[in-house]
Amino acid sequence: MAYSDKVVDHFNNPRNMGSFKKDEEGVGTGMVGAPECGDVMKLQIKVQNDTIVDAKFKTFGCGSAIASSSLATEWLKGKTIEEAQKIKNTDIVQELNLPPVKIHCSVLAEDAIKAALADYQKKAEPK
Amino acid sequence: MKLPIFLDNHSTSPMDPRVLDAMLPYFVEKFGNAASRNHAFGWAAEEAVENARKQIAKLIKADPKEIVFTSGATESDNLAIKGVLEMYKEKGDHIITSSTEHRAVIDTAKSLEAKGKATVTYLPVDKFGMVNPEDVRKAITDKTVLISVMLANNEIGTINPVKEIGKIAKEKGVLFHCDATQGVGKIPVDVQDMGIDLMSFSAHKIYGPKGVGALYVRKKNPRVRIAAQMDGGGHERGMRSGTLPVPLIVGFGKACELCDQEMATESVRLAAMRDRLQAGIMKEIDEAYLNGHPTQRLPHNLNISFAYVEGESLLMGMKDIALSSGSACTSATLEPSYVLRALGVGVELAHSSIRFGLGRFNTDEEIDYTIKKVIEIVTKLREMSPLYEMAKEGVDLKSVQWAAH
Repeated sequence: MAYSDKVVDHFNNPRNMGSFKKDEEGVGTGMVGAPECGDVMKLQIKVQNDTIVDAKFKTFGCGSAIASSSLATEWLKGKTIEEAQKIKNTDIVQELNLPPVKIHCSVLAEDAIKAALADYQKKAEPK
Repeated sequence: MKLPIFLDNHSTSPMDPRVLDAMLPYFVEKFGNAASRNHAFGWAAEEAVENARKQIAKLIKADPKEIVFTSGATESDNLAIKGVLEMYKEKGDHIITSSTEHRAVIDTAKSLEAKGKATVTYLPVDKFGMVNPEDVRKAITDKTVLISVMLANNEIGTINPVKEIGKIAKEKGVLFHCDATQGVGKIPVDVQDMGIDLMSFSAHKIYGPKGVGALYVRKKNPRVRIAAQMDGGGHERGMRSGTLPVPLIVGFGKACELCDQEMATESVRLAAMRDRLQAGIMKEIDEAYLNGHPTQRLPHNLNISFAYVEGESLLMGMKDIALSSGSACTSATLEPSYVLRALGVGVELAHSSIRFGLGRFNTDEEIDYTIKKVIEIVTKLREMSPLYEMAKEGVDLKSVQWAAH
């Protein structure tokens, strides 16, 4: 199975790879997947005034999983919380040209986005 | 050094140019049918086939008449297992095999089971992937007609105590089939000494052509009989009909002859390169685990799990080196290697495994390049791995509640 050029590019040059401190102000962290399933994604967003100003990821998984999360961080930057909620796994499939056996990678990336947003919103709620 | 490097010699091997030279006259010039008994074309083909039969038999210490040509080891496995079951159905229907056999054996057993034609015992293996001969003995019942245990495993290279199993089979009067595809030509095989009654192997794993294999079928003590699985002209003493692929058989013969002559020096050279590869990787990378037996394994095999990184991404990061992984992402089934699972290797480490398969044409320079690349990519992907980050922070990954999907 050959990988699409975009998957190879994200794999070789991952965008926004790294971590924020979880307890940092405005940071939301989403961790999805399981080691037994062969993929775990950690996706983090940094939010200021309802806008995602920065995003980072770390991923254990195949090339398509790494590319899906790398792409997700690229798309998240500059979006409002509301806009970020609208990112769909099918958008990722289309952009990266993922074959059917790799669709679960995009689903995982969408789950990671949702989890990071939910974590941010939970932390932002007045105590 | 030419890229890409081929380090996947368990899957197949490049053909030795000397094998190709031996084959070439049998395409255009000497194209006869080995079954044509009445003209020179047929005689030339028959002579070539019988010469190859001798070369092949010599490598495994058999009589040339005990070699039945097939299309490859998968067919040989099918023919041996289904052929014995059908022939000896009056005696019983029980097969004993192991949980790390090649799919050609396991799926054949499962298919017979599903059709109600056999009952099958799948023996467990120890943490190194080895079958315990005493388990074989205990599993034998008065309905057992066949024991099928592989010589060496295709993923982890572990060599089974075949001679001990052969002895038990003899003692109990049960036939013993051995899938020796990965072992023949790489380690000494002696069907007499090992007590093997039927043995599958193929040409393309030993620098011969694809599309031809053999089933060794013992002729005396005991005389083994199998029911043919294909009807036709009754070739190969009625056990396998079909016109013999003379060029392929000539190549198979030549490949066996070369292995016979060169195995002693080649296996030492391959083991030294393999050990250099293993040491070079292990020295620089922590939490890299050897899968398989530390000493009882094929000289050209190395299987390592790199904790916290996934196998397919490792392969993707080393695209100028041809390797294989036990990761689910590289299999059609989306399940990680059942062989590694049978050893008790955790699922997450099975996802992280890489198989290195060395061969006749690999060089020290290629091995050094591979060591460098493995260290680079494992380091890079661990930087990227949330699991590695957590482990370094002291989080016990086993205690984490993962959201399985």
